[in-house]
Amino acid sequence: MEMILSSENFDAEVLKADKKVLVDFWATWCGPCKRQGPILSELAAEGYIIGKVDVDEQPDLAQQFQIRNIPTMIIFNKGQEEQRLVGLTPKDKLIELLA
Amino acid sequence: MEQVVIMGAGPAGISAALYVKRAGLDPLVFNHGIGALAKAEKIENYYGLERPLSGQELFDRGIAQAKALGIRIIDTEVLEISGFDTFEIKTTAGTFEAVSVILASGSTRKSPRIKGLKELEGRGVSYCAICDAFFYRRKPVGVLGNSDYALHEARILSQTGAEVTVFTNGMEPDFSSDCEFPLVTAKAVSVEGNEVVTGILTEDKSDPYPIEGLFVALGTAGSTEIARQMGAELTEKSDIRVNELMESTIPGIFAAGDCTGGLLQVAKAVHDGAQAGLTAAKYVRNQKKA
Repeated sequence: MEMILSSENFDAEVLKADKKVLVDFWATWCGPCKRQGPILSELAAEGYIIGKVDVDEQPDLAQQFQIRNIPTMIIFNKGQEEQRLVGLTPKDKLIELLA
Repeated sequence: MEQVVIMGAGPAGISAALYVKRAGLDPLVFNHGIGALAKAEKIENYYGLERPLSGQELFDRGIAQAKALGIRIIDTEVLEISGFDTFEIKTTAGTFEAVSVILASGSTRKSPRIKGLKELEGRGVSYCAICDAFFYRRKPVGVLGNSDYALHEARILSQTGAEVTVFTNGMEPDFSSDCEFPLVTAKAVSVEGNEVVTGILTEDKSDPYPIEGLFVALGTAGSTEIARQMGAELTEKSDIRVNELMESTIPGIFAAGDCTGGLLQVAKAVHDGAQAGLTAAKYVRNQKKA
């Protein structure tokens, strides 16, 4: 299952995590986000740590990370931004980056 | 509701239409011009041509052939395709609904060489107004383009409250209706900004126009632009990713010809179209059963 992230839990779940976490900034009305969603669900089911930020509900987080396009996925490694991906990204590429 | 809508009337699009028609369905083709075939003065390497044909002649013959079989062809430009299970296609000739769509309008990639454009992709440079308009409420943004596609993107941005200026990058405005936005026709020099877009510098003045986002909408909305906006996967080379059945990663969306990359040849486009037509027809049949 993906984690639902908000301003309240972002620090603990992402920035203080000791592993790689992929955070998906998305919205319900974004076509590519809806295609990305099932790919991320599969990754979560396979044991990768996936967090979701709904930019409609969490505008502060979107602003903090200067999100200008969705979907944007940021891979954090031990709380540090390691990789930023804009637009629909295939599963094999994500697995490569999360390894 | 249309069963199969085909975007493009070149070798891939018409070939797809022929196979859809032969499968007993009634395809609708959108033609917005000849595309890359116009550049082919003489085609000598295509099967069955005793004497060479020009690209224009081959294109005209394809359309005549389709029309002779009763295939409907509309001259129009596709602006946007949306939807999840079935699809809504907005065109300059109105809105259509379809069970499946074959993208076959060639490769229209025109990445202008503007300093900073590539570097600021994802940091203010965007290719999808409907995806990213949300981030620009009450903010100044630019749309780069000079056609109806650019105007369409500008209107989406304006509807969500962005302050839009259209930059034509030195091209003559070519809108079929009045452009209600401020228009800058000077050539663009650079997109300004380190972390994020802060402005666009043009040849007409020494200071950049302050903008926080730049939406690229050059020429017509090509197959790859449409695919990207819908959330279909593209390849590393920005072609539409398809399998051997010409299925994109979105169920019901197929692609054929140059927009899928590989050999940019009539023979390949004709094959792709035939396969896409057969696959789309099968898809429509299965949808009906479901």
